[in-house]
Amino acid sequence: MLTLGRACLILALAVSVYGVGASLYGARKGNRAWVASGRRAVYAVAGSLLVAFAVLEAAFLRSDFSFELVAGHSSTTTPLFYRFTAMWSSQEGSLLLWATLLGLWSSLILFLTRNKLREVAPYAAAVLLGFAAFFVSLMVFLETPFARTLGALPAEGVGLNPLLRHPSMMIHPPMLYSGYTLFTIPFAFAIGALVTRRLGAEWIRSTRPFTLAAWLFLGIGVLLGSRWSYTELGWGGYWAWDPVENASLMPWLTGTAFLHSVMLQEKRGMLKVWNVSLVLATGVLAILGTFLVRSGILDSIHAFGASTLGVPFLVLIGVLVAGSVALVVSRSRDLRSEHRLDSVFSRESAFLLNNLVLVGICFVVFWGTFFPLISEAVSGSKASVGPPWFNRYITPLALILVLLSGIGPAIAWRRATLANLRRTMLGPALFAVVVLVALLVGAGVTDKPLALAMFVFAAFVTGTVFQELWRGVKARRAMSDDSVPMAVVSLIRRNRRRYGGYIVHLGIALLFTGIAASSAFQQARDVDLRPGQSARIGSYVVTYVKPTGEVVAASNGRLERIDLGAVLKVSRDGEALATMRSRRSFFPSQAPEFGPISRFFEGEATSEVALDAGVREDVWTVVSPDVRGLLPSVKEGDRVFAAAREGGKLSRAEMDVLLVQALRGLAASYASDPPAATFRLIVSPLVTWIWLGAIVVFLGGLTALWPAPSGATRRVSAAYAARVARELGRA
Amino acid sequence: MLVLAAAVVYVVSAPLRGGRSGRLEAEETAEHAELTAARDAKYSEIRDAELDFRTGKLSRADWKAQDQALRAEAIAILRRLDTLEGREDGGGRPLS
Amino acid sequence: MDPDRKRTLRFTIALSCALLLAGALVYTSFAGASEARSPSQLVGAAKVGETYELTGKVQDGSITKDGVTTTFRVRDRDGNVSVPVTYTGAVPDPFREGREVIVDVRKQGATFVGEKDSLVTKCPSKFSADEQS
Repeated sequence: MLTLGRACLILALAVSVYGVGASLYGARKGNRAWVASGRRAVYAVAGSLLVAFAVLEAAFLRSDFSFELVAGHSSTTTPLFYRFTAMWSSQEGSLLLWATLLGLWSSLILFLTRNKLREVAPYAAAVLLGFAAFFVSLMVFLETPFARTLGALPAEGVGLNPLLRHPSMMIHPPMLYSGYTLFTIPFAFAIGALVTRRLGAEWIRSTRPFTLAAWLFLGIGVLLGSRWSYTELGWGGYWAWDPVENASLMPWLTGTAFLHSVMLQEKRGMLKVWNVSLVLATGVLAILGTFLVRSGILDSIHAFGASTLGVPFLVLIGVLVAGSVALVVSRSRDLRSEHRLDSVFSRESAFLLNNLVLVGICFVVFWGTFFPLISEAVSGSKASVGPPWFNRYITPLALILVLLSGIGPAIAWRRATLANLRRTMLGPALFAVVVLVALLVGAGVTDKPLALAMFVFAAFVTGTVFQELWRGVKARRAMSDDSVPMAVVSLIRRNRRRYGGYIVHLGIALLFTGIAASSAFQQARDVDLRPGQSARIGSYVVTYVKPTGEVVAASNGRLERIDLGAVLKVSRDGEALATMRSRRSFFPSQAPEFGPISRFFEGEATSEVALDAGVREDVWTVVSPDVRGLLPSVKEGDRVFAAAREGGKLSRAEMDVLLVQALRGLAASYASDPPAATFRLIVSPLVTWIWLGAIVVFLGGLTALWPAPSGATRRVSAAYAARVARELGRA
Repeated sequence: MLVLAAAVVYVVSAPLRGGRSGRLEAEETAEHAELTAARDAKYSEIRDAELDFRTGKLSRADWKAQDQALRAEAIAILRRLDTLEGREDGGGRPLS
Repeated sequence: MDPDRKRTLRFTIALSCALLLAGALVYTSFAGASEARSPSQLVGAAKVGETYELTGKVQDGSITKDGVTTTFRVRDRDGNVSVPVTYTGAVPDPFREGREVIVDVRKQGATFVGEKDSLVTKCPSKFSADEQS
């Protein structure tokens, strides 16, 4: 099976190199047969990679430890679901996932455009195959997923890092990688469009859905990572401005900018150079993001250690940047704007400003992320900036962004008069003022002006979106006699991009409200408690009721972990509100130098967070049990078991049974006579709004992405064609 | 394994051997596709302008002016499409 | 004002704002960043009151806990020079002896005090080139 996998990779490499040649030859000679062959090469690459993927997954599922990767990242005690996902917790497996996704999405778009974009598609295919060849080469020559385990076959694998055992964490990489690979598609088509000088409406129409899909997937990936951090890791935050987090955010920011500025090109033929540069930059940032995690050039909770992949990636990024700049410069004549900005008070202006803000945020993130390298180049020593520096610049920019997302929908194209502005902005502005007054009077938020500003702006956006919806529904009903719900549905169906966008804006407003509230008004404490003791946080009283201790077996009966935890009670004003359970799970290390009992305390440990999430606020707590009191018993246990093993009187099975008993005893002793445990307590307002906002953004994006029913388009087109034709006749 | 490689070679070289894809599919020159896309985009703009008017962002006068300008642009595109299609019909085989 | 002048004016204003922002960014990043230091670099040359980003490995046997405060020593990646660190608050899940850590510290007397929530522990073996944990 290992050879089959390796052979598939070599086949994929050979076919992708062939495909690059065939597509380019076919494009230059205008020979459709070669172009078609190049396109089929993409399908073939996707197919080979899928087979390789299946081979590797099958090995993981049946715990085939002859695969070095399986032995190093999975074990028989790993649950089935996580065995499947363990494949991409490794460098090599994640490369295979990336390449496979690239193959699938490339095949999809080339299939969809097989009869369109005749001149551009072959160049795009060549670029995509080039990326595929790069990633497959990495796997064939540098980090192969199909390495054989050296020496004797181990009886048990190392197991999946327990920190990665979270459902979110396992959808997060495929989502992220889908986002990254989907962003390479507009990149490839932009290159093709630049080469063939065909940067018109057709290029936009064909690549926009993929840009939107990439934006959606990447956004979901980023949010899932953030939610995983909040609910699974023991620090209680959802964003740390970590280099790897930033790396996934940057292409998303430029992608958002592009989705807006492309409308300016569509409507007014403006900003062609800017647009194509944004698309190219987004593609490069997507590759940069992929590179950052696995290069080791920046210290991060994700990225660590040096790897052999740094240099090839740098070369690739260098080639991409140089090539993109050269292409844009050489085509600058074809990229001249058809129109200019008519007025500062116009939707064009709002979009331009939105782009500047988004690119500004991206620049801040970029600078802060790469600052260690920049400072090293400048002053010889690595220095880094922390979250306060990021927040200082991003907060005001985010405020402007949210405000703009309310202004954009409410302002007209080309030129908005004062009368128009009054008509569209008055309602939402009044609503925002009402919210402002209510917050000032009711909630006492005067000492956090930035958060207050965000709340007011978000209210403004909400007002704008609902006003647009309401007026649109009224307009629809005036023309068609529908009931209100029907009118809403048909309004959105017939104007998917517009209303999908408005729903996204609403989601963003909710999301930023949640971020502002949970950052500005969070209360956190670290306390030491004995059973029975309480601590006060915010308006809550948290009581450590009792400790818990338990030994957990995996589905195949083998020992998986020891859980030591706590049961807590949360009350407010004397009224009990919730019972929370938190624990720390201790997984055994596989290293041979540890004794059978102490290995449980020398391996990985994960925290199980106790979260009482509410619409108004979250109560979050995690326990850090003190295991020092157990160590003497642990050492004693090791001695006893070592002696028993040497004595040779007990069989392996009997030893295992005694081991379980000993561990159970250990857990019970913790539960019966626990020392004080450390608790981190956090009360964060409106965190749930972040996740709700994200869902709304997702729904809005989906709406915008959904293809319009072709019947409706044809009907509408026919109606307009008829009217225009009538005018033609009159003219 | 060899089966897989053979299958791949077969599929990928099919167009070169004059296989199924030699069949005549709906032809569209690049110019035609571009104009069709531009026409559809223009129709969207016309509808968007009307929705802008009905949701109060444009005054009636402003809308009428924009609508006329957009329709004129649409007519221009349709004219160019007609010329293109006329030439194609008259000329026989479409430009490859 | 004729349209061309208006356009030039707008462009100039936008460019100036961008340059101002970039300038502020660059200045505050150099002024406010914490320099990365290894323990041997920190031992002699640490200035009181300045924050440094300490990177190194947790020395075996050096972790002690007292309530919410953890004390440990950080040594050079390959070497024995180590410095004491006092850290208040919950430590990350992967934190243990022999692991690589990054923590923002400030010199206070004979020890280095860690900034809240700045302790990052690297998960071993995820994407490294060689070893096995």
